[in-house]
Amino acid sequence: MDELLFLQDEVVPALLKGLRVSILLIVPSAFFGLFIGILVGALRVYGSRPVVFAADIYVTLFRGIPLVVQLFIWYFGLPYLGIYLSPFTASIVGFSLCSGAYHSEYIRGALKSIKRGQMLAAQALGFSKFQMVVSVILPQGLRRALPGCGNEIIYLIKYSSLAYMVTCIELTGEAKILASHSFKYTEVYLAAGGFYLGLVSIAGWILHRLERRVAIPGFEHHRG
Amino acid sequence: MESEPILVVENIKKAFGPRVILKGVSMAIRRGELKVLIGPSGAGKSTFLQCINFLVTPDAGEIRLEGRPIHHSRKRELYAYRQQVGMIFQDFNLFDHLTALDNVMIGLVRVKGMDRKSARERAMAEIERVGLKEHAGHYPAQLSGGQKQRISIARALAMDPKVMLLDEPTSALDPELIGEVLAVIRDLVANGMTMVMATHQIGFSRAMANEIIFMEDGLIVEQGPPSVILSDARCERTKEFCSKITELYGEAS
Amino acid sequence: MPEGIAAILNALPYLLQGSFVTIVVVIGAMALGLVMGVPFAVGQVYGGPIVRRVIGVYVWFFRGVPLLVLLFLFYFGLCSLLDINLSAFTVAIIVLGSISSAYQSQIFRGTILSLPEGQLKAARALGMSDTRAIVFVIIPQALRLSIPAWSNEYSIVLKDSAVTYALGVAEIMARTHFVATRTYQHLPLYLAAGVIYLLLTYLGVKALRMIESGTRIPGYTR
Repeated sequence: MDELLFLQDEVVPALLKGLRVSILLIVPSAFFGLFIGILVGALRVYGSRPVVFAADIYVTLFRGIPLVVQLFIWYFGLPYLGIYLSPFTASIVGFSLCSGAYHSEYIRGALKSIKRGQMLAAQALGFSKFQMVVSVILPQGLRRALPGCGNEIIYLIKYSSLAYMVTCIELTGEAKILASHSFKYTEVYLAAGGFYLGLVSIAGWILHRLERRVAIPGFEHHRG
Repeated sequence: MESEPILVVENIKKAFGPRVILKGVSMAIRRGELKVLIGPSGAGKSTFLQCINFLVTPDAGEIRLEGRPIHHSRKRELYAYRQQVGMIFQDFNLFDHLTALDNVMIGLVRVKGMDRKSARERAMAEIERVGLKEHAGHYPAQLSGGQKQRISIARALAMDPKVMLLDEPTSALDPELIGEVLAVIRDLVANGMTMVMATHQIGFSRAMANEIIFMEDGLIVEQGPPSVILSDARCERTKEFCSKITELYGEAS
Repeated sequence: MPEGIAAILNALPYLLQGSFVTIVVVIGAMALGLVMGVPFAVGQVYGGPIVRRVIGVYVWFFRGVPLLVLLFLFYFGLCSLLDINLSAFTVAIIVLGSISSAYQSQIFRGTILSLPEGQLKAARALGMSDTRAIVFVIIPQALRLSIPAWSNEYSIVLKDSAVTYALGVAEIMARTHFVATRTYQHLPLYLAAGVIYLLLTYLGVKALRMIESGTRIPGYTR
């Protein structure tokens, strides 16, 4: 009985408070990350040589360096250059840039998989390069990239817990505080895990629906 | 010729869901006989062969080897039985991660528990028998289709089978490679191996088979010596099919 | 900036010791993930409905809960609840390994399913039991085909190992932070840590590629 009361009166309210912060971290990061990913992905396919080179370096660095290190650079490192970010901002910057690098890989692969004939047909109709990208290539490419990008967003949900390490108190942070005050570590962390499982499952369900919704008959997503 | 058949298959039935593949097929084969199964695709030849060594579990029916019924639910009995019944597949199914020699050895070492040295000698003997001594160290992906099939025959022979089942052993091969595999099979017939073989090689069957069995829609329509089935069949469907494949696959080889 | 470079040079031996800890954690976790992942994959492909369900829940749990939460749960929660005394180092390997086993099981499951059905049939036709067929025919092929995905998994586990700093494992990240708070050279030191991780990724991927070409089956392309 005590356990249930504790759960109802302390754990759930605290975790809901943390959940709110987590969602405030995840949603903008997913949005910015996707935006960066599409931009960088397109540049890596259609950009000039120096641009492709620069974009490749960005992707190598942000995929190769652990996210914790990146967060520490934004939060603890930037003050070295006189730039001070709040834990919340540093987390969003870190998540967006890292996530964008991963997204760009899926976007790039998807864009490259689009048949040359599609572009020739657009050019034959008199499309400019920009018009062609926006109205022919991206609608096809984004559909192909959707499973990969969706997966990346699910990773983002889980990795948002790392914001705690730069003192941004979100779901994991709230759980940590509550656990060390109440000494009920197992219960509290299991509950927090449950919240994340919920988030991940909901996101997975939405992405699955979205994939089905935008599916074009006969247009293969997974393999040719 | 002995009176007792070595392998008796009785009233085998098999359905995959609502699709009935075998509607009760029986067969008895004596030592040293070659029986050839013919029939259109979808007739159930392949399922029938796979039922004989329980790669596909029949829904009903009985199988007796040398008079003893096989209980396929008893694992040990099943494994022991399968060692005595060699199987040759249409698409070879050599183990892709093993050399030709290791493919022939693996059954001896892992199933028969033979020591590696004697297994190696035995495997080499079988590989020589199918004429591929110099290819023993090659991997399946380095062999031609005909060579793969000959190795797979060596793999089956190494287990000292009492009966061999051959499921269209030449139909995945390029025409110029069919001859080498048929030559090996002909050699087996000459040495008295008991075999059931599904094939469309009419010329081969006419020359080598003791009996041809024509199957259609999961049933045996007609069976008899090649001379009867191929030239003088009673059943209209048999005649029609035989003339069609004779036209397609010719009388050669 | 010169102070930064000096700080990096001074800290380098200390950080490289940390790399050693990181490598041991990563290898331990990958090995644990392999040892658990292979039977899980086999269970998911060949097991009965109950086995598949149980493994499915395991995979769902370890793929859905963040690493940091699992580290806290195991280290502060389960260890004291079950009254076992494990070091942060051990817990780090167990947690990273358990997560990796969930991901690795999905890698192996995919490669097992990609093998032609005839391989198992041919093994059965020789009179092999299913267990033997899986051990001697299926797994050797599936493991080879898994190496490219494995090198990806390695780079993920390597990066994830930086999170074990939260438990105080004396790996690269923990040591970098320790030096940074004393020297106030945060930016240069974290950048140096980043470079070390990039190098470790590169070396590991290279090593796995060598293993891949060393175990390659001649003529076999997929």
